[in-house]
Amino acid sequence: MRAGNPPGKLWSYWLLSIHQEAAVLVKHPTDLSESDVTPVEVYRQRREFMKSGLAIAGAVCTGSLLTSQAAAKVQLGNVTPGPDRYSTDEEQTPYEDVTTYNNFYEFGVDKSDPARHAGKLNTDPWSLAIEGDAEKTGTFTLEDILKPHALEERIYRLRCVEGWSMVIPWIGFPLGELIKRCNPGASAKYVEFETLYDPQQMPGQRRGVLEWPYTEGLRMDEAMHPLTLLAVGLYGETLPSQNGAPIRLVVPWKYGFKSIKSIVTVRFRETQPVSSWMKAAPREYGFYSNVNPDVPHPRWSQKRERRIGEFRKRETLMFNGYAEQVASLYSGMDLKKHF
Amino acid sequence: MPDNLSRIMLTSMYKLLQKPVVFVLCLLPLAILTWQAFADQLGANPIDEIADRTGEWTLRFLLITLLMTPLKRVSGWGWPIRMRRMLGLYAFFYACLHLLTYLWLDQFFDWLEIWLDILERPFITVGMLAFVLLLPLALTSNKFMMRKLGRNWKRLHRLAYLVPALGVLHFLWLVKADVLQPFIYAVLLAALLLVRVPAARKKGDRFIFGVGQK
Repeated sequence: MRAGNPPGKLWSYWLLSIHQEAAVLVKHPTDLSESDVTPVEVYRQRREFMKSGLAIAGAVCTGSLLTSQAAAKVQLGNVTPGPDRYSTDEEQTPYEDVTTYNNFYEFGVDKSDPARHAGKLNTDPWSLAIEGDAEKTGTFTLEDILKPHALEERIYRLRCVEGWSMVIPWIGFPLGELIKRCNPGASAKYVEFETLYDPQQMPGQRRGVLEWPYTEGLRMDEAMHPLTLLAVGLYGETLPSQNGAPIRLVVPWKYGFKSIKSIVTVRFRETQPVSSWMKAAPREYGFYSNVNPDVPHPRWSQKRERRIGEFRKRETLMFNGYAEQVASLYSGMDLKKHF
Repeated sequence: MPDNLSRIMLTSMYKLLQKPVVFVLCLLPLAILTWQAFADQLGANPIDEIADRTGEWTLRFLLITLLMTPLKRVSGWGWPIRMRRMLGLYAFFYACLHLLTYLWLDQFFDWLEIWLDILERPFITVGMLAFVLLLPLALTSNKFMMRKLGRNWKRLHRLAYLVPALGVLHFLWLVKADVLQPFIYAVLLAALLLVRVPAARKKGDRFIFGVGQK
């Protein structure tokens, strides 16, 4: 009983509203069981694909090839379904909605802007700097970062601070695994992340809507939590640029803006990072920003949310429904104070 | 003079058609919205889109309504004043759609939740206040009420200056970080209010909202 097919979403909404009672009773068949998680015939790691392209083309036209290939989405191979307990079997938000409706202020403040303008982003080559108190620091190519990690699919709920939500099948690997490989030192109590800053490619950065580069952070135990994912794809394919290509964070129990996109820097630090949103409005956006129906945004309630594709709002769950896994991280903390 | 006659006929035709034409034009935003809704063109979150658009058009019609008096003064045309009431009523019409979107599609007539929203969320408080103040303007927009209220009618209808200001505030308080759009509306509103100052001065009129009058 999914809204979204012809003759139009809203039309289905009206029908739904008439048959509200019935709609509640109808069970949604789960779209994706473990068995049909992306067993792709063509295994082509995007980078390898690129390399072969380059080899054929030769050095002369590399530049043009790079730009023309940058936005191409490629099926990700060798993806295994993540552990069951980490994925939801709720109905997944259609690919079309996931990739055309989101916030990525680097490409504009409207939720349709990222899909419209992210084509300019060149995600290849991409390098990631690892800085701060760790044994392994420096600048690495994305290939080097990804190489040792097995990719898995995690179907997560995403709750935006604005009051809408989605269910997205991400592909990635736990951030904790990368952190372990970096072997951070004793003073590394927090991890800070930065998005690419390049107003040429990211037209939204030409205006000072937020302080660029977009900055986010996690406490070390949050970063090490098995739910915390570094995603490189969704729906079986490499990430579309508008969703944070080529590599982004996904922290499903926090409001969406914590899940920083198009990451170029990971920094281990002793003191709590100050995120771009904390700088923009310290009263409204805290460091933790855990999904919490009992702590309203100063200007609107967080009690309910609209799941994209659904007509009536649903109750927002504590820690976005991940309380069982993450509540212990915050035991003894006043979540109204540490919002 | 046949030439003169045809001119007169043309002029009266023009006058006769003015209102229906503007009436239909003002329905266009709603027509487009409705068409897009049924063609699934409102994006992933159609309800929020409907709320945004009806809100924007309310604000636009409030400003267009305020534009009519200065337009008449500058151009000398008669039609802006003839259209003013209809435009104001359209502002009210889109405000009703906006409010209905909130009450129905957003809150699903959960009156307790709505009441808490009004009490606790400043942008909703201000939005509701703007609507409540717009209501008497719409209700007294007919000739009968004009006659009945006499001088007070004009005083009452000075709320037309306050309502868009509340509307801009409502918009400003709901945006997350980018205040550009509400800022543009604020500048336009400020301009429309400022051009009234000289005329009001000349009349010796404490023009804003009629407060302080005898």
